[in-house]
Amino acid sequence: MKVRVRYFASLREALGTAETVDAPEGSTLGALRDALVARGGRHAEVLARGRAVRSALDQVMSEDPAPLHEGAEVAFFPPVTGG
Amino acid sequence: MTGVPRVSIQAADFDLAAEVAALRAFDPGVGAVASFVGTVRDRNDGSPVSDMELEHYPGMTERAIESMIDEAMRRFDIRAVRVVHRVGPLRVGEQIVLVAVTSAHRGQAFQACEFLMDYLKTQAPFWKKETTPEGARWVDARVADDAALARWGITAGNA
Repeated sequence: MKVRVRYFASLREALGTAETVDAPEGSTLGALRDALVARGGRHAEVLARGRAVRSALDQVMSEDPAPLHEGAEVAFFPPVTGG
Repeated sequence: MTGVPRVSIQAADFDLAAEVAALRAFDPGVGAVASFVGTVRDRNDGSPVSDMELEHYPGMTERAIESMIDEAMRRFDIRAVRVVHRVGPLRVGEQIVLVAVTSAHRGQAFQACEFLMDYLKTQAPFWKKETTPEGARWVDARVADDAALARWGITAGNA
């Protein structure tokens, strides 16, 4: 299934603003992050498990177990610093 | 209720007096207004700061703040809320964020205003990049901000 992946702030600078990713049926947010890390290169560096990365699914803060769906909008970004 | 939108994300500056006047207009039940304005400070983490750039996640940011306001309305006996957050380039001394709350009595307005700021700091998707003499750098999230939200019984998990 196709999901749209968006990046913000320092992750956007490293990986670009967005990409479409083909994820296996039944994938979760955490599995998608692991698949992106497995590509190596910059993805592996900035999405590494030791890094503070937060995520959203369909524009709601979400965590690794969240199940993905066809057409989902996923986002990865650093801890937020507004206000 | 007023006809004022609850949330605005904008590049333009805001006028505290005008925002508060609009928020409490036509509501004679208001007996208290509490507001908070955050501004760009000239130092951060030991370095002088000249200006910053604020990025957000269009759509999600508005949605996140709307749900925070819903939560504040459930928790506190308040009448209306207004949140304005600026994005884009900002210089030292400029206003960044406004949270204003009206209620019948002061206690609930004070509390709801603080709750909303604590919530926004750790759960609304905004990112600050500040310019220092050493160059531009992304601002680090603070553990203290997570602790502030924890006082309200909410786990932030941000920093």
